[in-house]
Amino acid sequence: MTSSTSTAQGGVPAIEFKDVVKRFGDNVVLDQLNFSVAKGDRVTLIGPSGSGKTTILRLLMTLEEANGGLILIDGDPYTHEYKGDRWVEIPEKRRRVVRNRVGMVFQQFNLFPNMTVLENIIEAPVNVLGLKKADAVARAEQLLEQVGMSEKRDFKTNQLSGGQQQRVAIARALAMDPEILLLDEVTSALDPEIVADVLGVLREIAETTDITMLLVTHEMQFAREVSNRVLMFDKGQIVEEADPETMFTHPKHERTQEFLKAVLG
Amino acid sequence: MTENGIWNWEHAWEVLPDLLEGLVVTIEATVVGMAIASILGLFIALAMRSPSRWVTIPLRFVVDFIRMTPLLVQLVFVWLLFSTIPTLVVGFTVLGVHYATYMSEVYRAGIEAVPKGQWEAATALNLPKSRTWRAVILPQAVRNTLPGLGNYAISMFKETPFLFAISVVEMYTKAQQYGALTFSYIEPLTLVGLLFLLVSYPTSLLVRRMEIRLA
Repeated sequence: MTSSTSTAQGGVPAIEFKDVVKRFGDNVVLDQLNFSVAKGDRVTLIGPSGSGKTTILRLLMTLEEANGGLILIDGDPYTHEYKGDRWVEIPEKRRRVVRNRVGMVFQQFNLFPNMTVLENIIEAPVNVLGLKKADAVARAEQLLEQVGMSEKRDFKTNQLSGGQQQRVAIARALAMDPEILLLDEVTSALDPEIVADVLGVLREIAETTDITMLLVTHEMQFAREVSNRVLMFDKGQIVEEADPETMFTHPKHERTQEFLKAVLG
Repeated sequence: MTENGIWNWEHAWEVLPDLLEGLVVTIEATVVGMAIASILGLFIALAMRSPSRWVTIPLRFVVDFIRMTPLLVQLVFVWLLFSTIPTLVVGFTVLGVHYATYMSEVYRAGIEAVPKGQWEAATALNLPKSRTWRAVILPQAVRNTLPGLGNYAISMFKETPFLFAISVVEMYTKAQQYGALTFSYIEPLTLVGLLFLLVSYPTSLLVRRMEIRLA
């Protein structure tokens, strides 16, 4: 069992997995997984499909329920906790408090097609954070500017290309001021010529904010530029962990070597 | 055609204003009936998603009961039971409740057709469940149900002659009344058929266009 802990500053990690188990039927996707991510870390998860990378992001967004173990955000139990020896679910009301610190961008964008670009972005700030509409709009406009989508403010989302939709989705996630941003193969559904645009937007966010990022991506070059840590997963376990330079140039583990050879060619 | 033929234009012209009056009642019953069916159907669909079996099992029973018994029998039964309520009210209420059980299926399908990613995005934005339903899921689900709603509106419209059985004076009743008075049934009934066609055919074209647009 590989366990890896945060290397940076000490302090409470932004994310901590303790013996997390996730099964789909008989298929064990995560087998007592332990790892933590320090505040401000940019961590890329790599590994063959089915190795559990995306499941980790989905657990962090409470889109899946763990079958065992604890997930802590800033040291706070998030989805489950121990009461004595009993492993119990944390009620939705308390989860919501912690969930506010986590945001996610999806492979399929998942913008709300019944709303305009602007409405997509202000929906949660107004209805979850309780921002005044004018303030939410001002912030949204600033974010649209940042992702280069200002002119599309009042467009319906189905009038946008995939790359544009993804940029709006990024702005929508940022509008909630998350401490942790989960990026789940955010360029996989995009045409090759647009991938660079979206990665450019993300690079800028990585450079100008201290948001903790967890990314699952097949863009190894991007992972190398943006992240400071790479975790290699296989069969629900971390088989290797290193800084991107080392991981991509001198992988130690045989599984990592095979995997990188397959993706990098 | 001659006076002794099966078709008499004079009768046709004579009955037409009566029929048009009846048509107004027919349309009224359909519009109010569909309003009841649309609203009640949505509530049935939402209640059927309840995790509690104490809600879903009895509701399933009631819905199946209404679907598996004839509309005509329901109309007469309720009419006899509540003889003080105006017949038109009995008419559109029974029509509405009957069709609500079908509309609930349309809503169920419409809700299930909203992609899973929409729920997930709502969770990722931490939207409360109620807000997710109101702002994200239902607007998309209702859009999906518009063609189904249109089709059931047409079919309810065509079933309004059943209201004759509880003596609501709608179009078909007017035709029957005229027939009873003059012994000519062919003209009023032909016109009733044509008037039904005149309303339902263009409506069906509209629904088809909606289906294509939504596909």
